[in-house]
Formats: sequence, structure tokens, C-alpha cells
Amino acid sequence: MEFIYRFLKKLIWIYAGMRERISGGWIQKNSSRIREWELMAYAYSKSPIGVIGGLIVFITFILAVIGPMISWEPYWEYKIVINETYRYMPPCLPPSCSGSPLLGTDEWGRDLLAMSLYGVRISFVISIVVVLLGAPLGIILGLIAGYKGGLIDEVIMRLTDIFLAFPGLVLAIAFASILPQRIRGLLESNDLLRAFFAGLFGLREKEYAQIAALISIWLAMVIVWWPGYARIVRGSVLSVREMPFIEAAKLSGLSTWSILFKHILPNVISPILVMMTFDIATATLFAAALSFLGLGPQEPVPELGFIISKAGYWFPESSSHVVIYLGIVLLTMALGWNLLGDALRDVLDPRTRRAIEYRLEKKEKRG
Amino acid sequence: MSIDLRRRRSVGDIVEKRLDLGEGEILRVKDLVVKFYTYAGVVHAVSSVSFYVKEGETISLVGETGCGKSVTTRAITRLIESPGRIEGGSVLFRRRSGQVVDLLKLDPETLRQIRGNEIAYIFQDPTSSLDPLYTIGYHIHETIKAHSKNAVKKETLKKAIDLLRQVLIPSPEVRVKNYPHEMSGGMRQRSVIAISLSNTPRLLIADEPTTNLDVTIQAQILDLMRKLQERYRMGVILITHNLGVVADVADRVYVMYAGKIVEEGSVEQIFYNPQHPYTKLLLRAVPDPTKRIEKLESIPGIVPSLINPPPGCRFQPRCPFAIDKCSRVEPPMIEVEDGHGAACWLLEKK
Repeated sequence: MEFIYRFLKKLIWIYAGMRERISGGWIQKNSSRIREWELMAYAYSKSPIGVIGGLIVFITFILAVIGPMISWEPYWEYKIVINETYRYMPPCLPPSCSGSPLLGTDEWGRDLLAMSLYGVRISFVISIVVVLLGAPLGIILGLIAGYKGGLIDEVIMRLTDIFLAFPGLVLAIAFASILPQRIRGLLESNDLLRAFFAGLFGLREKEYAQIAALISIWLAMVIVWWPGYARIVRGSVLSVREMPFIEAAKLSGLSTWSILFKHILPNVISPILVMMTFDIATATLFAAALSFLGLGPQEPVPELGFIISKAGYWFPESSSHVVIYLGIVLLTMALGWNLLGDALRDVLDPRTRRAIEYRLEKKEKRG
Repeated sequence: MSIDLRRRRSVGDIVEKRLDLGEGEILRVKDLVVKFYTYAGVVHAVSSVSFYVKEGETISLVGETGCGKSVTTRAITRLIESPGRIEGGSVLFRRRSGQVVDLLKLDPETLRQIRGNEIAYIFQDPTSSLDPLYTIGYHIHETIKAHSKNAVKKETLKKAIDLLRQVLIPSPEVRVKNYPHEMSGGMRQRSVIAISLSNTPRLLIADEPTTNLDVTIQAQILDLMRKLQERYRMGVILITHNLGVVADVADRVYVMYAGKIVEEGSVEQIFYNPQHPYTKLLLRAVPDPTKRIEKLESIPGIVPSLINPPPGCRFQPRCPFAIDKCSRVEPPMIEVEDGHGAACWLLEKK
């Protein structure tokens, strides 16, 4: 795992070099911070599970970025129109056969491998953005509730309870079924927005109705996603705000906002970061589940959950390869984030990190 | 009794309206009452405490753990959190501009401007009163920045180095970039002092600043505080239970017991001529390192529960000289000599 450490170290120094170029003396002033980053990189590179997770996430990321561009088959062309035999062709591995799609085809005779490249982009974008929007909302509400206490706390936490009392999936279904019409109207009238979201999901602008469905899953998930964060953050804030340094900050005349964001948030953020990576995995599966239930986009959008649900009609006789392959894709994406989160927990926990750093220091002294 | 109290408070109100402070006084706390509303009952943490601080003077609040010393000083800048409530009294403070304000009636923004700027605190535990995520330099920068919006980081860091030099930290240029965990306990406490000095406050409240340090460092820190006080002409409120520290640095002493001030006077008056039985017993409990003793002296009994404070004098259940009157009527502060008073019925006869 030595090369991972060297690679991350190089990245850190490239970043530091950029900062140095913008404002001179940055490296010298932030030497202890750079050192801290290096130690984190070392601690991370020492965890094989984390490195595997990181690689999976990295590959998914690359595939999500370039997938729709390198995909060799447009998803809107149905081959079965030409030839009915293209429907659910079984996988075809090179030695035994050649010429036909490697992993078989789906209901409309489209190459499954090519479709999954579109699907990865959609899943990736949805899962990341859900967490990136839902988590900050929950974090801010949790911070305010925990720090202010009293009536504000009571109101925010009861609201959280109300959201948590509904099963997440049911609530998301409710939102996902009422949102699309409104978003569709918005996309219809606004060209710029339409182009932006089409580009984001790697779809054509023409399919704005499907994009509206995707966005509504998105919003539905954000709405059900924040309560967990609000609760956890509030709990951590309750313990951190009793620390003497918070009292000291209050007594040195800091405003409430700077105490919240400079002193409390950085002290509670590491478990939240870990939770966020785990949640990206959950969100991937959650989005697939929603479109499996028919709440997401319809034809011809190659959403992974949607293709699986279509394949369900012919399962297992002719479509088992679709379910297995796309299931593995979803599983791998989720697994990557979970493994990364696990390693991140170790890296961010000062106790385990110190032990690993100690080894690095010993090693550096020797060599 | 209750009628009597009410009248006293109304007299206080008139004084508040005029917002009077005596010559050279920077802080006058009058009849401060703090209560905590817990599930077990109402805790009378501070009951009618009054004291004052003059410019360039060190006063000391002395007492056992849990007698309300810290609560008193926290109430000065209204840092009492729920379930605690400041129920009465006034805290008059002379600002840098010469204006006299009642800190208990001030709006939160003005109070924020006073905290850390004109009134600074030093805490007991330097380890936990520094945010582990930030360097010492950042702490100082932040404290200055909170009170002057256009502070530039380059200049505040220069100021930080200067402050660290003043509190005798070796090689301040390096130390300013250190995180709290990279320093020793004594150095951390000195950094905390440097942070509290960053806006040259008029009043410094030191809450047991040396309790967690070993004896040699203690002496250094006290010496340092005395020097800095002379330089900046600050008023200092020193909270401690260590009478040795009091004798060393304080000008005047307030002895607290169970949420009340039982004796006040100059340090000589308190140490050479203690009047209240509690003060006498407290002084006897200090071991003399030059004498061989069989057993350490202690005051029998325990500090009374502040939920149901004993009627009359609060020290009466433990007091060896208690008379009948003590358990019925609360003793007022009786002046024995100039500036020296004690709340004890025994003094009434004289």
C-alpha cells in the first residue's frame, strides 16, 4: 500500500504548492496542518479495506463522469424493433461466442453493459447529492437545536420526530408521487435548468419528464434524509457545548454563529463524515428501490432499479442475468462507500490514528 | 423577614437608577441572587452576595467547593445557563469609556462586546478551556477579531507573539503555531492568560487558575499575574480555595460559605484577625509545612444542602460557638473595623 501513501502525499503537496503560489509562505505557516494530512494519508493507506473501498469509489466516480460519453449504444434506440430475438439475450463470453453483447441485453435489446454506464451516472449523482443536501440541512438544524436548547430545541426535535415516525420509504413514496408534475412544469418553462439537469444525469433534454421524475426522487429523499443527521448532531452538540472551551469562547465575546461553526461543528464533524459516506451507499440503494417501485423515471431512461424491475416480469427464465449483473453493480457501489466509511472512521478517530502515526514516525526515523 | 428583604431590594433599585460607582471602583455587585431550578428542588446557589473591585486591585473569593464562588463570577457576565436563573441584584461595571452599566440589564450584543474585551476570564483547567482544533495564535486572533472587525491576521499574530512573550513563554514565534496538546500544562495556562489579555481587559476573573498546576508552576503563574496586573492596572477577581495563594496575591478577601459572603476584609485583617468562626476554622485547617502534626485539622460536618439551607446562619449546624439565635435569625454583616465585616451574631455583643 506504499504507493497509495506516496500518491496521496503527492496530492497533498500539489495542493500545498498551489496555495503557496497564491499566497507566499503558506506552506511554512501551515506546516503542522500539512503534517496532519500526511499522517491521515498514511493511516488510510495502512487499511487494506479502506484502500479497496477508495478504489471502488474512485472507479465508480470515473465511470459516472465518463460513462454516458463512452457508452457505445444510445439508450433511446430499441433494437428489438429490428429483430425480436434481441430481447433478453443471455451473456456471451468471448471464447464460446463473439459479436453479440458481452453481458447480454435488456428488455428492449439494448446492450446491458452500455446501459449500466448510464445507470451508474444517475445513481451516483442522486446518492451524492441527496447526502450533500440532506446532511447540511440536518447538521444546521441539529446544531441550532443542540446549542440553543429550550423551546427552539423542542420545536426542531419534535419536527424531526414527526419525520422519523413515518417509515422513510413510505414518506419518500408520498413525496415522489406528488412532486413530478410541479417540477415538470418548471423544467418545461426553463431552458437553462433543463439543460443543466440533462447534463447532470447524462440524459437527453427531450426526456425532461423523466428528469422531473428523477429530481422528485431526489427531493423526496432529501426530505426524508435530514432527520437522522439532526438527531445525531444535536446529541454530539449537547456534549461538546458543555466543554470549557465553549464557555471560554463565549466569554471571549464570540458571536453565537462563530461559536457554532468555528468551535462546535469542527468538534462534532468526524462521526458525521463517516455517517455521510455510509449514507451515500444507503441512498444509492434507496433510489434504486424507489424507481424499482415505479416512482422514478420511465422508458427509456436506463435507471438501474428500473431496469431490474422490468426484468422482474421475465425472471428467472430469461432475465436472471440482468438482475444478477445490475444487482452486482449496485452492490459494488454501495460496498465501496461502506468500506471507505469504515476506514475513514479509523482515520478520523484520534486514538487509532495515533497508534498508526507512531509507526510512521518510527519508520521515518529509521529511513 | 420577607418584607425586610423587599425593602432592601427597592433601595437597591434607586441606586441602580443612578448607576453610581464609588471612586476608582470598576465593578460593584449588589445583592446578587442566583437560583437553580432542578428536579430535586430550587438550589439557592448564591444568596444576596455583594462585593466591589477597585481598579488595579486583586480581590479574592475564598471558600469550599460548591459554595457558589464560580457561580457568582459567571453571573457577573450572565453566563448562567438553564436551569439556573439570576433572580435579583445588580452588577455595575464601569466601561472603558467611563460609562457605568448594569451588566444584568444589558442587551446581549453589548454584553458580548464587553465579554473578552473589558472583562476576561481565566479558567481552572487550561487543557479543556482551549479548543484542541486550533493553535494558540488562532485563539488570540479570534479573541481580538471578535471585538474589532477589521483586525488583520498578520497583525494579530504579531500581537499574539508579543503576548506570549509577555507571559514568559520561550520562543513565542514557534509556540504561536502550536496546538494545545503540543504544550505542557504550565505553558497552556500561560497561553490561556495570554488569550485573556489579548484585548487588555479592565477586569480579569481568574477561576482557580493554579489548581491544576504543580506548586512551582503555581508560584510562577501567580507572580506573572501580579506583574501583568501592575502593568495593565486591571482589577482582578481571584477565585480559589487555596489560602496560601490568597495571602500571596490578594488585596482584599471575601470568604464565602454556602452561597453567602460570611466575612470580608483586607488580607491582613482576615489572616491576622479573623472574626467569623468559619474563617477561623478554615485558617486552622491550613497545614503549616514547618511543623510536624499528627492529624490534619478539618471542620466537622458537611456543607449544607443548598436546596434546603438551614434557617438562620448557614454555618450554624457546624459552628462550635453557635448560640440559640443563630438557628433562628440570619445574621447581617456586622462591621468590626474599617472595611472588615463578618456575618455572625457573636459579634453583636461587642
